[in-house]
Amino acid sequence: MTSKPIATGRTAAGLPTARLVVWWVVASEIFIFGGLLASYVMHRLGHPEWAFQAAHTNTWAGAFNTLVLLTSSLFAVLGHKAADSGDGPRAARLLRLTALGGLTFLCVKAFEWTHEIREGFVLSSGGFWSFYYTAAGLHAAHVMVGMIILLVVAADAARNQELHRVECIGIYWHFVDIIWIFLFPLLYIAR
Amino acid sequence: MSATAVHAEPSFFRKYLWATDHKVIAMQYFFTGMFMALVGGFLAYVFRMQLANPGQNVPGYGVVTPNEYNSLVTLHGTIMIFWVAMPMLIAAFGNFLIPLMIGCDDMAFPRINRLSYQIFFLSAVVILSSFFVPGGPFGGAWTAYPPLSAKGAYNLAPWGASVWLLAVALEFVAFLLGGINFVVTTMNGRAPGMKMFDIPIVVWMIVVASIIFMFSVGPLVAGAVMLLFDQLLGTGFYDPTRGGDPLLWQHLFWFFGHPEVYVVLLPAMGIVADVLAVFARKKLFGYRTILYTTWAVGVLGFVVWAHHQFVAGIDPRMANVFTVTTLIISIPVTEMCFVYIATLYGGSIRFTTPMLWALAFIAEFLIGGVTGIFLGSSGTDIYLHDTYFVIAHFHYTFVPIAIIAVFAGIYYWYPKMFGRMLNETWGKIHFWGSIVGFNLAFIPMFMTGLAGDPRRYFNYSQFAEQATPALQHLRMLSTGGLLIFIPFQFIFLINFFWSLRHGKQAEMNPWHANTLEWTVPSPPPHGNFAEMPTVYRGPYEYGAPGRAADFWPQNEPAYNLGGDD
Repeated sequence: MTSKPIATGRTAAGLPTARLVVWWVVASEIFIFGGLLASYVMHRLGHPEWAFQAAHTNTWAGAFNTLVLLTSSLFAVLGHKAADSGDGPRAARLLRLTALGGLTFLCVKAFEWTHEIREGFVLSSGGFWSFYYTAAGLHAAHVMVGMIILLVVAADAARNQELHRVECIGIYWHFVDIIWIFLFPLLYIAR
Repeated sequence: MSATAVHAEPSFFRKYLWATDHKVIAMQYFFTGMFMALVGGFLAYVFRMQLANPGQNVPGYGVVTPNEYNSLVTLHGTIMIFWVAMPMLIAAFGNFLIPLMIGCDDMAFPRINRLSYQIFFLSAVVILSSFFVPGGPFGGAWTAYPPLSAKGAYNLAPWGASVWLLAVALEFVAFLLGGINFVVTTMNGRAPGMKMFDIPIVVWMIVVASIIFMFSVGPLVAGAVMLLFDQLLGTGFYDPTRGGDPLLWQHLFWFFGHPEVYVVLLPAMGIVADVLAVFARKKLFGYRTILYTTWAVGVLGFVVWAHHQFVAGIDPRMANVFTVTTLIISIPVTEMCFVYIATLYGGSIRFTTPMLWALAFIAEFLIGGVTGIFLGSSGTDIYLHDTYFVIAHFHYTFVPIAIIAVFAGIYYWYPKMFGRMLNETWGKIHFWGSIVGFNLAFIPMFMTGLAGDPRRYFNYSQFAEQATPALQHLRMLSTGGLLIFIPFQFIFLINFFWSLRHGKQAEMNPWHANTLEWTVPSPPPHGNFAEMPTVYRGPYEYGAPGRAADFWPQNEPAYNLGGDD
């Protein structure tokens, strides 16, 4: 392997390239979710009867998942702190805990969806359910991708390598978390 | 130690097919875009022949059926925008120019850059494969409005519609990855001393265009997922009988689709700015004005989208708002054109081939811009909507952008890209033939449009008011313009490929330009700069008083100062 291009190490804007790019990724993702959620909100306002569908969602499971994601974000912050102080193995442990939070979230999601599908509410069961599965599904896909990256970064961090990535994946994980903070009230609570 | 020594020459496979070098990736985009332009051009040739001689055999294709006609029109639009304008203006020039112009050796994320091309290549294969799926390619226009696009029973191309959507979605992913790379590279990879206002305008414009793309395409990514679900999984996002709304797609599409015009316009404007300053041998007039108007276009571009939907049943009060915003956005664009003309004033103009293309860009784009005023005003648009006037209008914007400005860029940077000069005489023949053919093809469309010719009609002979000889002659004239335009492109191709081997050897700086790409050998070696440059001044210092030479490269230290300053 030849040496890395100079381009990868420059910081003319005063911000490390890795962190900068994560912010841009987050910015573009905001517009993807923003478009979807704005479409949903407009439809929801035009269809008050969707509230009867929304009543079938499991608010307690959603609330529990919110707690799980927020807790996992806390681990991500602690992992960043550990990485800052140069403690790679500790950062790796915390990142794995974060990923475990993601796994818990997905398990609860699977439980909810199984239940709802058994009741006959599937993707094509009407406007609310289409948005419900699409938005939550897109979010769940982000959780899965985030978990994979968390584990990859953790594997490096355990050997005290690429510690700056701990913060980057943390930013992404917080973003996924915040998207859920929007989804939970819009899909579960709003009646 | 020189940087070239660090970057050892890689094997053929690594160098050309699995490359992370920004110049090679630029060339991959470049040649893919050029190939797709030939495909898109051929489609235009076939349906224009059908319109000029309805129902007759088209040489090289055969007889066109109504369904095929719809597919040809749809794929022509889709390919020309997503697989020609985007890869050429953003990806090819962006990849080639950004690292060289900001004094860097590569993109900030070379492997993501490679990935973005690979996804783009895949998307091109997918869109071309749609010609061979059962039911043929999608024929519901490049705007893909539901319910036509959502139901196979309506569009008669259930495979084609989904393959089309998949290809477009892949293309979006490729350009999101590429765009983020461009923005980050320009922010972080600049040479020491290159401040905000020392960045060449073309780089600025590609960066702003990438940001506009990033923020406008997001909602459509979500919208595309929803349309795909409507097509394949039985959802009803766009189906009013099931609580959906077909207008939603129009909003999501045009929230992207209109800013997309500026996504391709800005890099074209940037290329023209750089070419104009070099060949007017004069400092670019109002660098900061251009930059501020660029940002103004970027921001205003997000609030004009519903002018595409004046007749779609939107609230008339909303139509008023969008008329006003649309007229407002013409101000910064006009300002840019004026500033370019002011750059010419008092310059010492060299009528080289790239300069001719750059000047033609301003002239032709102005026609496109001025006719846009009529379409942006809801009152006149109600009459002109979905007529050939619209087609003529947006071809007077898109052809200057994706063809004329791209040629300005190719003729200007060819020596740097390939180390040889293009033949000037043949370049000028290509220029004049193309310009004459282009205007001949599209001016008649303004007339047929005003006379009421609707778009997307396969054959006008069944419609008494449109089947008059006068209108048919105009349609034939328009096709004739295209038939003039196309052969001249082969002159370009011959010039292009002949010059690769036999053109005059290009010096390091044949045009006596200031920007950093002209301070390295032609073509630049892997790693670009033997010694990483430092920047001392802006990119457009031509004809500075007190200097013997009329240009002043950005990396030349200040001790060569002539006296004043």
